Amino acid sequence: MSPLGQNVADFQSGLFAGQNGISMLTFPFRGKEVSFPGAAIKDFDPAQHIHPKKITLMDRFAQFAVAAASQAYADSGLALGPEEAMRTGTIIGTGVGGQGTVEESYIKLFSADGSGRVHPFTVPRLMANAGASHISMTLGLTGPAFTVASACASALHAMGTTLHLLRTGFIDRAITGGAESCLTIGTLKGWEALRVMAPDLCRPFSANRAGLVLGEGAAMFVLEREEDAKARGAKIYARFAGFGMSADGKDLTSPDVDGAARALTLALEDAGLAPKDIDYVNAHGTGTRINDATETAALKKALGARATAIPVSSSKSMFGHALGAAGALEMMASVLAVREDFAPPTINYLGADPECDLEVVPNVGRKHVIRAALNNSFAFGGLNAVLVVTKA
Amino acid sequence: MSQIDEVLDIVAQKSMLDRSKLVPEAKLADLGISSLDTVELLCDVEDKLGIELPFNANTSGQDLRTLGDVIAAVEKQLAAKG
Repeated sequence: MSPLGQNVADFQSGLFAGQNGISMLTFPFRGKEVSFPGAAIKDFDPAQHIHPKKITLMDRFAQFAVAAASQAYADSGLALGPEEAMRTGTIIGTGVGGQGTVEESYIKLFSADGSGRVHPFTVPRLMANAGASHISMTLGLTGPAFTVASACASALHAMGTTLHLLRTGFIDRAITGGAESCLTIGTLKGWEALRVMAPDLCRPFSANRAGLVLGEGAAMFVLEREEDAKARGAKIYARFAGFGMSADGKDLTSPDVDGAARALTLALEDAGLAPKDIDYVNAHGTGTRINDATETAALKKALGARATAIPVSSSKSMFGHALGAAGALEMMASVLAVREDFAPPTINYLGADPECDLEVVPNVGRKHVIRAALNNSFAFGGLNAVLVVTKA
Repeated sequence: MSQIDEVLDIVAQKSMLDRSKLVPEAKLADLGISSLDTVELLCDVEDKLGIELPFNANTSGQDLRTLGDVIAAVEKQLAAKG
């Protein structure tokens, strides 16, 4: 679920074509109208994906989670019996969960003309685990189900955790990914106060880049062990080959080259790959001056000369920074890139920045053979996650 | 207390340094004020003086390096406010 499309086919078309999913969003605020750039999903109709009677139970973020998960499950061809359902996990990443519900309830409670009462479902709507809960309930998945929250790295952490649970045989399959929907006035004012938001567009790695632009959405995957997928004749998109995690242990908002490089190296080791095996990187690439420069340095540290020899692009240029869903949407981009041998572009690129001297696939995507790709998320508080995806 | 005194008070609190150290040439980084501290400090100054300081950490980071830069930015907004 993304501004580029509400299904995989549309998402792929938009991604490969370099579609801009960012526009100016306006909100009434204290008697005026304020505007912020954001990558919002326009024309989302929850009834297309969710039973009409269930919609009222869900915040928009959980609706995205269910919409994406239902598509993934349908596409997987799985038809689980009760025993199998108990061996199926639901492990979902989100940054803040039901933020829209929180703000609606605060308006009712605290504004001068508010009713002083909140909707009875306020608590189950706002809880961060609502995405995982509703996916589990909708699809009847009765195995381990929980939510992972680590800001911008939530989705990769969720997917990496799933990988480990599958490898150890704790579960046999899972729905995993991320969901986020917090393009609310409160969220945007919060990010504005941090002074890192761009005024109009997201320009990762570009000269004159001016910061990040928030997005929303969800992406979900059915993950299972290779032998099981092959045994049942499943349609296999790609392989999640390795996962690396680290923490910088340094700054609350500024990334660290060494921490990020360590996560990259650990991911490669876990996948049993060397830098020469990597043909594409889907970067964290938020468009902030500091992330993009630090990420460039980290890629060089971990990949050596390979870092500047392969395409490295940021899909956040197109669908913004979807926070807890970012890693999942970007994994979707990576999976499709590997499957189709196509490097998606970094759009809104104005020109080279010497601190970001990578091959960023500026503005126009291109065909490129991709045996293996890296997918990066580097979150506030120095929480780093890197997932390796290879051809099936 | 003048408005610039109020700014220096805020900087003194944030840096936990004596006012005597707060000279216009002093770099914020040398005063122990990180980029995150700077964002908070600017917000406090805005609240205290009722002004808005246009500052994007991605583009203005280079412009606000010294205490003198901060004071100049504040004076500019105070003048615009009239």
